[in-house]
Amino acid sequence: MAELVTMPKLGFDMAEGTLVRWVKAESDTVEKGEVLAEIETDKATVEVESSYAGVVYRHLASEGTALPVNAPIAIIADKGEEPSDDDIDALLGGAGSQVPEKKTVQEERPSEAEGTQAEEMAEPIEEKATSTTPVGGVRSSPLARRMAEDHGIPLAELDGSGPRGRIVKQDIENYLESIDAESVAEGTEAGGKELQPMTAYTMGEVPEDEVIAMSRLRQAISRRMQDSNQNFPHFYLTRVYKTGALMKLRKELNQLLPDEDKLSVNDFILKATALALRQYPNLNASIEDESHIRRHGHVNIGVAVAVEGGLMTVVCKDADQKPLRLIAREVREMAGRARDRKVKPEDIEGSTFSVSNLGMFGIDEFAAIINPPEAGILAVSAVQNVPAVEDGELVIASRMKATLSADHRVTDGAEAAEFIAVLAEFLEEPMRLLI
Amino acid sequence: MARITMREAISKALWEEMERDERVFIMGEEVGVWGGTYAVTKGFYDRFGEKRVRDTPIAEAAIIGGAIGAALTGSRPIAELMTINFAFVAMDHIVNEAAKLHYMFAGQFKLPLVIRAVSGGGRQLGATHSQTPDAIFAHFPGLKVVSPGTPADAKGLLKSAIRSDDPVLFIENATLYQSKGEVPDDLDYLEPIGKSKIQREGDDVTIVAYSKMVPAALEAAKQLADEGIEAEVVDLRSLRPLDMDPVIASFKRTNRAVIAEEGWRSYGVGSEVSARIYELAFDYVDAPVKRVAQAEVPLPYNAKLEQLALPQTEDIYHAVKEVIYG
Repeated sequence: MAELVTMPKLGFDMAEGTLVRWVKAESDTVEKGEVLAEIETDKATVEVESSYAGVVYRHLASEGTALPVNAPIAIIADKGEEPSDDDIDALLGGAGSQVPEKKTVQEERPSEAEGTQAEEMAEPIEEKATSTTPVGGVRSSPLARRMAEDHGIPLAELDGSGPRGRIVKQDIENYLESIDAESVAEGTEAGGKELQPMTAYTMGEVPEDEVIAMSRLRQAISRRMQDSNQNFPHFYLTRVYKTGALMKLRKELNQLLPDEDKLSVNDFILKATALALRQYPNLNASIEDESHIRRHGHVNIGVAVAVEGGLMTVVCKDADQKPLRLIAREVREMAGRARDRKVKPEDIEGSTFSVSNLGMFGIDEFAAIINPPEAGILAVSAVQNVPAVEDGELVIASRMKATLSADHRVTDGAEAAEFIAVLAEFLEEPMRLLI
Repeated sequence: MARITMREAISKALWEEMERDERVFIMGEEVGVWGGTYAVTKGFYDRFGEKRVRDTPIAEAAIIGGAIGAALTGSRPIAELMTINFAFVAMDHIVNEAAKLHYMFAGQFKLPLVIRAVSGGGRQLGATHSQTPDAIFAHFPGLKVVSPGTPADAKGLLKSAIRSDDPVLFIENATLYQSKGEVPDDLDYLEPIGKSKIQREGDDVTIVAYSKMVPAALEAAKQLADEGIEAEVVDLRSLRPLDMDPVIASFKRTNRAVIAEEGWRSYGVGSEVSARIYELAFDYVDAPVKRVAQAEVPLPYNAKLEQLALPQTEDIYHAVKEVIYG
C-alpha cells in the first residue's frame, strides 16, 4: 500500500520548510529510518527520515521549493507496486491533479532485463545527470577531498565549479589562495608582518556593492531580533562576578575528567543560572496573553551558538537538575551539530531562558537581545585578571562581567537584581553547584 | 638516424635480426615469393631463401602450431598472421600452448616465438577483417603483447621481441605503415618491452594511448596546445606487461586522464588502465577518467560509417575538454 510523506513539523513554531535536496531519488529503495531528504527550516537543515520501507514512487516537490508543514512531498510504494490514480487521489485527498507527471526514468536507467541489443550497444557509461548528491557529504573529487583533509578545509563551505557542483582541485587552490590573502592581511593589521612599502601600494579596484540573498536562518534572526528589540521593553543589569574560586574548582574538576567531559566556564554559568531561575520563576516565564504570565515548570537554558551565517540556540533541558558533567557533554554535542547544520529538532526546542557568552572573544561587556517568548537573557563576557580591591588591598583578581537583559512586562529591576545576587552566590561559591 | 616509414622500420628490424642470427626465420601466408601482403618482407626470399622465408598454406592453426614446435626445438620463428582476425582460428595454439608451455613444463622449454599480426580498421575490409581485438590477447598471462605507435618504436620493439626468449604477439596497425619518423640505424637499437613512454610532455591532462591512437593523441594535443591546454601523451607500447608507472606519475600531476584505444571500450585497454588509475592514484582523481574507443558495433563497411565508428583525433580532443571541464 502506497504511503504519503509530508513536510514534517520540526519545531513548535515551524510553519514551512524548504526542501533542500532529495537524498533518495525516484525509484530508489528506502528503508524505514533511512534519510529521505534534507529540509531547511528557519533554524537548521534537518534530515527527514522515512517512516516507511519501500520504493520512492514519486517526488511531489522539487528541490528548492518551500512548502507548508504537512504538505505532501513524496509517495512511497511497496516494491513492485504501481499505485493507481485512484490510490494516489485517495492519498492526496483528491489533489491528484496537482501531482507532477512521473518522469520517464527508463531513459536514464535502462533495465538490463528489458534492454534491447541496440541499448546494449549504445554508448555505455556517461555521467548521468541525476538530482541526488552523495549521501552525507558534498560532491567532491577524491583529490579535492584529500587536499581538503591535508589543509583542514571544511568542504561544505566551498562552492564546486565542476559538473553538478563537484568541488575539484581548482576550487581548493582558489580557497587556499584566498586564505593566504586573508592571513597576509591579518598579519599586516596585527603588525606581525612587515608592512608593504608605500611605493608598492597602488589603489586596487574597489569592488562593486553586492546584494546577497539572506539565508532562511538570517531572515529568521533578522525578523525575531527586530521584533524583540522593538516591541518588548528590555532593561539591563550588569554585575562583576568574582570568578577566582570558580576557575580554581574548574581546574581541579577537569583534572579528574576525561577530555570529552571537560567543563567550560559556560557550563558552570548554565548550571548557576538554572538554579537561580528555579528560585525566581518570574524570570523563567513568558507572556501568555495580555493578562497572563506563564511560569515554566522546566528550566531549559538556551545556549547561543555561532554558526556560519548566523547563530542558533541549542537547549539544555532541565539544566537545574543535571550534573555539570552532563550539561557539558550535552551542550558540546548540540553545539557541534548546530555548527554542522545537523541539529535535531529537540536540540533547539523549548528554551525558557538564554545565555549568550562572548567570553572566548575577549569581550569586556555587552547586552543581548531577548529571544522571545523568553523573559530574559544573560550576556556573559570574558573572565579576566584585573586589578581589584579585596579587604582594602589592591590585588590582581579573576573577574567576569555579565549583563542580564530582562523583559519589563514580566519582571522588574528589584526582582531581577535579587536574581542576580543569587546567581552571584552560585558563581562565587561554586561548590554550591556540585551539591 | 634516418626518416623512414613504419613499414621500412619493421622490415629493417626483421632483416637485421635475420642477418644477425641464422636461427631466425619467417613463416606465413604470401611472405616469400610475393613479399608479404603489406610488402614488409619484399626481397627477403631472394636474400634468405625458401628455408628461412617460408610460404605456408592458408591455415593459421598450422602456422602458429608449426612455429611453436620450431621454437621449442631451438629455432627462433617469426610467424606472420595476415590479420589478427585470423588469430581466432589459431586461438588454442596461442592461448593454451604459446602462453603456457614454458610454465607448464617448469621452465624446461623456452619459447622464442614472435607472432606478427596486423590489427585495426579503417580500410573498408568489413566487420570480420577490421577488428582491433588486442586486449583479448593481453588477457592471458604468459604472452607478451606489444604494439608500437611510431616507426622508431616499431623497429626497437620488434628487435627486442625477436631477441626475447618469451612468446611475443607483435601487433602492427596497417594504417600506420606509411607513417614516417626518425629511426636509429644502430643494429643493436632495442626498445625495452614492458616500458611505457612519454611521447609528449604536458601538465594539464594525461592522454594514454597506444598504436594508432598515439599519432591521433599527439595531433589532439597539438590542437589543445593552441588553446593553452598542455596534454601529456603516454604511449603504452606494450599491453602486457603493462607499465603503469609513467601513467601514474603523469596522472598525479594532471589529475585528469583520457585513454584512447582503437578497439571497443567494454573490457578493453581503457577499462584496464582506468581501473589501475583508480586503484593506484585514487587520491589524485579530480575528474572521472574518460575512455575514447570504437563504437560498440561490428565495424560498418560503408566508408563514412566506418570512420564515424572508429575513434578519431577529435574524439580525443573532446574527451580532454570534458575531463578538464573546459
